[in-house]
Amino acid sequence: MTHSEYILLLFGMASVTYVPRWIPLWLLSGRTLPRWFLDWLSLIPVAVLSALLLPELVISAPPRHLDPVNLKLFVALPTFLVAAKTRSLLWTVLTGMALYWAAGKVF
Amino acid sequence: MTQDKDRKQHSSTSDSPPVNQTGADPLHLRLAQGLSAAWPICAAYVPIGLAFGVSAQKIGLSPLEIGLMSLFVFAGSSQFIAISMIGSGAAAASIILATFVVNLRHLLMSSALSVFLGKRRSSHLALLAYGVTDESFAVNHHRFLTGEWDWRRALVVNHTSNFAWVASTIAGGLGGQFIAPGAFGLDYTLAAMFIGLIVLQVNRVLHVAVGAAAGVVSVLLSFLLPGNWNIIVAAVSAATAGAVILGMHARESRRRKK
Repeated sequence: MTHSEYILLLFGMASVTYVPRWIPLWLLSGRTLPRWFLDWLSLIPVAVLSALLLPELVISAPPRHLDPVNLKLFVALPTFLVAAKTRSLLWTVLTGMALYWAAGKVF
Repeated sequence: MTQDKDRKQHSSTSDSPPVNQTGADPLHLRLAQGLSAAWPICAAYVPIGLAFGVSAQKIGLSPLEIGLMSLFVFAGSSQFIAISMIGSGAAAASIILATFVVNLRHLLMSSALSVFLGKRRSSHLALLAYGVTDESFAVNHHRFLTGEWDWRRALVVNHTSNFAWVASTIAGGLGGQFIAPGAFGLDYTLAAMFIGLIVLQVNRVLHVAVGAAAGVVSVLLSFLLPGNWNIIVAAVSAATAGAVILGMHARESRRRKK
Protein backbone atom coordinates (compact mmCIF):
# COMPACT_ATOMS: atom_id res chain seq x y z
CA MET A 1 0.00 0.00 0.00
CA THR A 2 1.53 3.32 -1.07
CA HIS A 3 1.30 6.44 1.02
CA SER A 4 -1.44 8.01 -1.12
CA GLU A 5 -3.46 4.78 -1.18
CA TYR A 6 -3.19 4.75 2.60
CA ILE A 7 -4.47 8.34 2.84
CA LEU A 8 -7.42 7.42 0.60
CA LEU A 9 -8.14 4.43 2.84
CA LEU A 10 -8.13 6.76 5.85
CA PHE A 11 -10.63 9.08 4.18
CA GLY A 12 -12.91 6.12 3.53
CA MET A 13 -12.61 4.83 7.08
CA ALA A 14 -13.08 8.33 8.50
CA SER A 15 -16.27 8.97 6.50
CA VAL A 16 -17.99 5.68 7.34
CA THR A 17 -17.09 6.23 11.01
CA TYR A 18 -18.09 9.87 11.19
CA VAL A 19 -21.47 9.70 9.44
CA PRO A 20 -23.16 7.34 11.96
CA ARG A 21 -21.77 9.49 14.78
CA TRP A 22 -23.17 12.66 13.29
CA ILE A 23 -26.56 11.77 11.75
CA PRO A 24 -28.48 11.20 15.02
CA LEU A 25 -27.11 14.40 16.57
CA TRP A 26 -28.13 16.34 13.51
CA LEU A 27 -31.54 14.68 13.11
CA LEU A 28 -32.68 14.22 16.69
CA SER A 29 -31.23 17.11 18.74
CA GLY A 30 -33.79 19.72 19.68
CA ARG A 31 -36.77 17.54 18.86
CA THR A 32 -39.41 16.34 21.23
CA LEU A 33 -39.16 12.59 21.07
CA PRO A 34 -41.93 10.16 22.02
CA ARG A 35 -41.81 8.65 25.49
CA TRP A 36 -41.15 5.08 24.30
CA PHE A 37 -38.21 6.24 22.20
CA LEU A 38 -36.69 8.09 25.17
CA ASP A 39 -37.12 4.94 27.29
CA TRP A 40 -35.42 2.93 24.57
CA LEU A 41 -32.54 5.40 24.26
CA SER A 42 -32.03 5.46 28.03
CA LEU A 43 -31.36 1.71 27.95
CA ILE A 44 -28.90 1.91 25.05
CA PRO A 45 -25.76 2.72 27.11
CA VAL A 46 -25.96 -0.28 29.41
CA ALA A 47 -27.01 -2.52 26.51
CA VAL A 48 -24.17 -1.51 24.16
CA LEU A 49 -21.50 -1.60 26.84
CA SER A 50 -22.59 -5.04 28.07
CA ALA A 51 -22.76 -6.34 24.51
CA LEU A 52 -19.16 -5.17 24.10
CA LEU A 53 -17.91 -6.48 27.44
CA LEU A 54 -19.20 -10.02 27.83
CA PRO A 55 -17.74 -11.42 24.58
CA GLU A 56 -14.45 -9.82 25.65
CA LEU A 57 -14.59 -11.85 28.88
CA VAL A 58 -15.80 -15.28 27.77
CA ILE A 59 -14.67 -15.71 24.16
CA SER A 60 -11.14 -16.61 23.17
CA ALA A 61 -9.72 -16.43 19.68
CA PRO A 62 -8.50 -17.49 17.19
CA PRO A 63 -10.47 -19.53 16.31
CA ARG A 64 -13.39 -17.97 18.15
CA HIS A 65 -14.56 -20.29 20.91
CA LEU A 66 -16.43 -20.08 24.20
CA ASP A 67 -14.00 -20.10 27.12
CA PRO A 68 -16.10 -19.58 30.25
CA VAL A 69 -13.41 -20.48 32.80
CA ASN A 70 -10.62 -17.98 32.36
CA LEU A 71 -8.68 -15.31 34.15
CA LYS A 72 -10.42 -12.38 32.46
CA LEU A 73 -13.84 -13.45 33.71
CA PHE A 74 -12.47 -14.36 37.12
CA VAL A 75 -10.87 -10.93 37.57
CA ALA A 76 -14.05 -9.23 36.35
CA LEU A 77 -15.94 -10.16 39.53
CA PRO A 78 -13.77 -8.23 42.03
CA THR A 79 -13.41 -5.45 39.46
CA PHE A 80 -17.21 -5.13 39.34
CA LEU A 81 -17.31 -4.96 43.14
CA VAL A 82 -14.71 -2.19 43.23
CA ALA A 83 -16.58 -0.33 40.49
CA ALA A 84 -19.86 -0.57 42.40
CA LYS A 85 -18.22 0.49 45.66
CA THR A 86 -16.12 3.41 44.36
CA ARG A 87 -18.11 4.39 41.26
CA SER A 88 -14.79 5.68 39.96
CA LEU A 89 -13.52 4.82 36.49
CA LEU A 90 -9.92 5.27 37.43
CA TRP A 91 -10.03 3.00 40.48
CA THR A 92 -11.88 0.40 38.46
CA VAL A 93 -9.31 0.41 35.67
CA LEU A 94 -6.36 0.35 38.07
CA THR A 95 -7.90 -2.49 40.13
CA GLY A 96 -8.71 -4.52 37.03
CA MET A 97 -5.19 -4.13 35.65
CA ALA A 98 -3.49 -4.88 38.97
CA LEU A 99 -5.62 -7.96 39.66
CA TYR A 100 -5.19 -9.30 36.13
CA TRP A 101 -1.47 -8.79 36.33
CA ALA A 102 -1.24 -10.39 39.77
CA ALA A 103 -3.52 -13.28 38.80
CA GLY A 104 -1.32 -13.91 35.77
CA LYS A 105 1.68 -14.28 38.09
CA VAL A 106 -0.13 -16.70 40.41
CA PHE A 107 -1.92 -18.98 37.94
CA MET B 1 -28.24 33.16 25.18
CA THR B 2 -29.34 29.73 24.13
CA GLN B 3 -29.93 28.87 27.77
CA ASP B 4 -33.65 29.55 27.70
CA LYS B 5 -34.13 27.51 24.61
CA ASP B 6 -32.45 24.61 26.41
CA ARG B 7 -34.81 24.89 29.27
CA LYS B 8 -37.86 24.93 27.09
CA GLN B 9 -36.54 21.96 25.23
CA HIS B 10 -36.05 19.92 28.35
CA SER B 11 -39.32 20.83 29.97
CA SER B 12 -41.16 19.81 26.83
CA THR B 13 -39.86 16.27 27.12
CA SER B 14 -41.93 15.55 30.24
CA ASP B 15 -40.04 13.93 33.12
CA SER B 16 -36.71 13.18 31.50
CA PRO B 17 -33.29 14.78 31.86
CA PRO B 18 -32.55 17.30 34.57
CA VAL B 19 -32.77 20.91 33.49
CA ASN B 20 -29.42 22.30 32.54
CA GLN B 21 -28.60 25.48 34.39
CA THR B 22 -24.87 25.42 33.95
CA GLY B 23 -24.52 27.22 30.63
CA ALA B 24 -23.45 30.44 32.34
CA ASP B 25 -20.51 29.02 34.28
CA PRO B 26 -17.16 30.59 33.40
CA LEU B 27 -15.10 28.97 30.71
CA HIS B 28 -12.30 27.83 33.00
CA LEU B 29 -14.77 26.03 35.25
CA ARG B 30 -16.30 24.15 32.32
CA LEU B 31 -12.84 23.30 31.08
CA ALA B 32 -11.78 22.03 34.51
CA GLN B 33 -14.91 19.91 34.89
CA GLY B 34 -14.55 18.51 31.39
CA LEU B 35 -10.92 17.64 32.04
CA SER B 36 -11.64 15.97 35.36
CA ALA B 37 -14.29 13.80 33.68
CA ALA B 38 -11.95 12.98 30.80
CA TRP B 39 -8.79 12.04 32.56
CA PRO B 40 -9.73 8.48 33.58
CA ILE B 41 -10.52 7.88 29.91
CA CYS B 42 -7.13 9.29 28.94
CA ALA B 43 -5.38 7.13 31.52
CA ALA B 44 -7.03 4.07 30.01
CA TYR B 45 -6.34 5.16 26.42
CA VAL B 46 -2.59 5.42 26.98
CA PRO B 47 -1.88 1.68 27.31
CA ILE B 48 -4.39 0.79 24.59
CA GLY B 49 -2.95 3.49 22.33
CA LEU B 50 0.58 2.28 22.96
CA ALA B 51 -0.47 -1.26 22.10
CA PHE B 52 -2.09 -0.02 18.90
CA GLY B 53 1.00 1.98 17.95
CA VAL B 54 3.21 -1.06 18.41
CA SER B 55 1.04 -3.30 16.20
CA ALA B 56 0.74 -0.59 13.55
CA GLN B 57 4.48 -0.05 13.52
CA LYS B 58 4.99 -3.82 13.09
CA ILE B 59 3.09 -3.81 9.79
CA GLY B 60 5.23 -0.95 8.53
CA LEU B 61 3.25 2.21 9.29
CA SER B 62 5.24 5.31 10.17
CA PRO B 63 4.41 7.30 13.33
CA LEU B 64 2.90 9.97 11.07
CA GLU B 65 0.60 7.47 9.35
CA ILE B 66 -0.36 6.01 12.72
CA GLY B 67 -1.19 9.45 14.09
CA LEU B 68 -3.25 10.31 11.02
CA MET B 69 -5.36 7.17 11.38
CA SER B 70 -6.02 7.94 15.05
CA LEU B 71 -6.91 11.52 14.16
CA PHE B 72 -9.17 10.70 11.19
CA VAL B 73 -10.89 7.58 12.49
CA PHE B 74 -10.65 7.83 16.32
CA ALA B 75 -12.25 4.44 17.02
CA GLY B 76 -9.96 1.96 18.72
CA SER B 77 -11.38 -1.44 17.90
CA SER B 78 -11.89 -0.65 14.21
CA GLN B 79 -8.32 0.66 14.02
CA PHE B 80 -6.97 -2.62 15.41
CA ILE B 81 -9.04 -4.51 12.84
CA ALA B 82 -7.83 -2.25 10.02
CA ILE B 83 -4.21 -2.84 11.03
CA SER B 84 -4.58 -6.60 10.91
CA MET B 85 -6.37 -6.36 7.54
CA ILE B 86 -3.72 -4.05 6.07
CA GLY B 87 -1.09 -6.46 7.37
CA SER B 88 -2.71 -9.38 5.57
CA GLY B 89 -3.02 -7.38 2.34
CA ALA B 90 -6.80 -6.91 2.33
CA ALA B 91 -8.41 -4.60 -0.26
CA ALA B 92 -9.19 -1.05 0.85
CA ALA B 93 -12.91 -1.52 0.15
CA SER B 94 -13.17 -4.48 2.51
CA ILE B 95 -11.29 -2.60 5.23
CA ILE B 96 -13.69 0.34 4.87
CA LEU B 97 -16.70 -2.00 5.00
CA ALA B 98 -15.37 -3.66 8.16
CA THR B 99 -14.81 -0.23 9.71
CA PHE B 100 -18.38 0.74 8.90
CA VAL B 101 -19.85 -2.37 10.49
CA VAL B 102 -17.71 -2.14 13.61
CA ASN B 103 -18.45 1.55 14.13
CA LEU B 104 -22.15 1.51 13.35
CA ARG B 105 -22.85 1.15 17.07
CA HIS B 106 -22.03 4.87 17.45
CA LEU B 107 -25.35 5.51 15.74
CA LEU B 108 -27.04 4.24 18.89
CA MET B 109 -24.78 6.29 21.16
CA SER B 110 -25.28 9.57 19.28
CA SER B 111 -29.03 8.96 19.35
CA ALA B 112 -28.94 8.56 23.13
CA LEU B 113 -26.81 11.72 23.50
CA SER B 114 -29.03 13.82 21.25
CA VAL B 115 -31.73 13.82 23.94
CA PHE B 116 -29.62 16.12 26.13
CA LEU B 117 -28.39 18.58 23.55
CA GLY B 118 -31.39 20.72 22.78
CA LYS B 119 -31.33 22.97 19.74
CA ARG B 120 -27.74 23.53 18.71
CA ARG B 121 -25.98 25.08 15.78
CA SER B 122 -25.20 22.32 13.32
CA SER B 123 -21.49 23.20 13.36
CA HIS B 124 -21.44 22.56 17.12
CA LEU B 125 -23.13 19.21 16.63
CA ALA B 126 -20.72 18.32 13.85
CA LEU B 127 -17.80 19.06 16.14
CA LEU B 128 -19.27 17.04 19.00
CA ALA B 129 -20.07 14.08 16.74
CA TYR B 130 -16.41 13.60 15.90
CA GLY B 131 -15.54 12.52 19.43
CA VAL B 132 -18.35 10.06 20.19
CA THR B 133 -16.59 6.89 21.34
CA ASP B 134 -17.70 4.07 23.67
CA GLU B 135 -15.89 5.72 26.56
CA SER B 136 -16.61 9.41 26.00
CA PHE B 137 -20.24 8.54 25.29
CA ALA B 138 -20.66 6.60 28.52
CA VAL B 139 -19.00 9.31 30.62
CA ASN B 140 -20.96 12.14 29.01
CA HIS B 141 -24.27 10.27 29.15
CA HIS B 142 -23.75 9.61 32.85
CA ARG B 143 -22.88 13.27 33.52
CA PHE B 144 -25.83 14.56 31.52
CA LEU B 145 -28.15 12.27 33.49
CA THR B 146 -26.82 13.38 36.85
CA GLY B 147 -27.06 17.03 35.79
CA GLU B 148 -24.61 19.92 35.66
CA TRP B 149 -23.39 19.01 32.20
CA ASP B 150 -23.61 20.75 28.85
CA TRP B 151 -22.36 20.25 25.33
CA ARG B 152 -19.21 22.32 25.93
CA ARG B 153 -18.11 20.10 28.79
CA ALA B 154 -18.94 17.09 26.62
CA LEU B 155 -16.80 18.60 23.89
CA VAL B 156 -13.88 18.96 26.31
CA VAL B 157 -14.22 15.28 27.27
CA ASN B 158 -14.32 14.22 23.60
CA HIS B 159 -11.37 16.26 22.46
CA THR B 160 -9.19 15.62 25.46
CA SER B 161 -9.58 11.89 25.06
CA ASN B 162 -8.99 12.27 21.33
CA PHE B 163 -5.71 14.04 22.07
CA ALA B 164 -4.66 11.28 24.50
CA TRP B 165 -5.52 8.66 21.88
CA VAL B 166 -3.60 10.31 19.04
CA ALA B 167 -0.58 11.02 21.22
CA SER B 168 -0.37 7.56 22.76
CA THR B 169 -0.74 5.74 19.44
CA ILE B 170 2.11 7.84 18.00
CA ALA B 171 4.18 7.13 21.11
CA GLY B 172 3.51 3.42 20.60
CA GLY B 173 4.69 3.71 17.02
CA LEU B 174 7.86 5.50 18.09
CA GLY B 175 9.00 3.44 21.04
CA GLY B 176 6.35 0.97 22.11
CA GLN B 177 8.44 -2.01 21.14
CA PHE B 178 10.27 -1.57 24.44
CA ILE B 179 7.12 -2.49 26.38
CA ALA B 180 6.54 -6.23 26.59
CA PRO B 181 3.06 -7.27 25.46
CA GLY B 182 0.81 -8.01 28.41
CA ALA B 183 3.01 -6.26 30.98
CA PHE B 184 1.31 -4.72 34.04
CA GLY B 185 -2.12 -6.07 33.10
CA LEU B 186 -2.29 -3.77 30.06
CA ASP B 187 -4.38 -6.41 28.25
CA TYR B 188 -7.11 -5.87 30.78
CA THR B 189 -7.49 -2.09 30.46
CA LEU B 190 -10.34 -2.18 28.00
CA ALA B 191 -12.37 -4.81 29.87
CA ALA B 192 -11.89 -2.94 33.17
CA MET B 193 -12.89 0.31 31.48
CA PHE B 194 -16.13 -1.26 30.22
CA ILE B 195 -16.88 -2.66 33.68
CA GLY B 196 -16.46 0.79 35.22
CA LEU B 197 -18.60 2.40 32.53
CA ILE B 198 -21.39 -0.18 32.88
CA VAL B 199 -21.57 0.28 36.64
CA LEU B 200 -21.92 4.06 36.17
CA GLN B 201 -24.97 3.48 33.95
CA VAL B 202 -26.79 1.15 36.31
CA ASN B 203 -29.27 2.77 38.67
CA ARG B 204 -32.27 0.46 38.54
CA VAL B 205 -32.90 -3.27 38.42
CA LEU B 206 -34.06 -3.08 34.81
CA HIS B 207 -30.58 -1.87 33.81
CA VAL B 208 -29.01 -5.00 35.28
CA ALA B 209 -31.48 -7.19 33.41
CA VAL B 210 -30.98 -5.36 30.12
CA GLY B 211 -27.18 -5.47 30.52
CA ALA B 212 -27.17 -9.18 31.30
CA ALA B 213 -29.47 -9.96 28.39
CA ALA B 214 -27.41 -7.85 25.97
CA GLY B 215 -24.20 -9.55 27.11
CA VAL B 216 -25.52 -13.10 26.76
CA VAL B 217 -27.20 -12.44 23.41
CA SER B 218 -24.05 -10.76 22.15
CA VAL B 219 -21.94 -13.80 23.08
CA LEU B 220 -24.38 -16.21 21.41
CA LEU B 221 -24.68 -14.09 18.27
CA SER B 222 -20.94 -13.71 17.93
CA PHE B 223 -20.91 -17.35 16.81
CA LEU B 224 -23.70 -16.80 14.28
CA LEU B 225 -23.10 -13.35 12.79
CA PRO B 226 -20.03 -12.16 10.91
CA GLY B 227 -17.98 -9.14 11.99
CA ASN B 228 -19.30 -7.24 14.97
CA TRP B 229 -22.99 -7.34 14.14
CA ASN B 230 -23.58 -9.25 17.38
CA ILE B 231 -22.95 -6.04 19.36
CA ILE B 232 -25.51 -3.98 17.49
CA VAL B 233 -28.19 -6.69 17.26
CA ALA B 234 -27.79 -7.66 20.92
CA ALA B 235 -27.87 -4.06 22.16
CA VAL B 236 -30.91 -3.15 20.07
CA SER B 237 -32.91 -6.24 21.05
CA ALA B 238 -32.08 -6.00 24.78
CA ALA B 239 -32.92 -2.27 24.87
CA THR B 240 -36.15 -2.92 22.96
CA ALA B 241 -37.20 -5.66 25.39
CA GLY B 242 -36.41 -3.30 28.28
CA ALA B 243 -38.40 -0.44 26.73
CA VAL B 244 -41.37 -2.77 26.20
CA ILE B 245 -41.23 -3.71 29.89
CA LEU B 246 -41.05 -0.03 30.86
CA GLY B 247 -44.02 0.72 28.61
CA MET B 248 -46.11 -2.08 30.10
CA HIS B 249 -45.16 -0.94 33.58
CA ALA B 250 -46.23 2.63 32.85
CA ARG B 251 -49.57 1.49 31.42
CA GLU B 252 -50.15 -0.72 34.44
CA SER B 253 -49.54 2.09 36.94
CA ARG B 254 -51.71 4.51 34.93
CA ARG B 255 -54.56 2.00 35.05
CA ARG B 256 -54.15 1.57 38.79
CA LYS B 257 -54.35 5.33 39.36
CA LYS B 258 -57.74 5.36 37.64
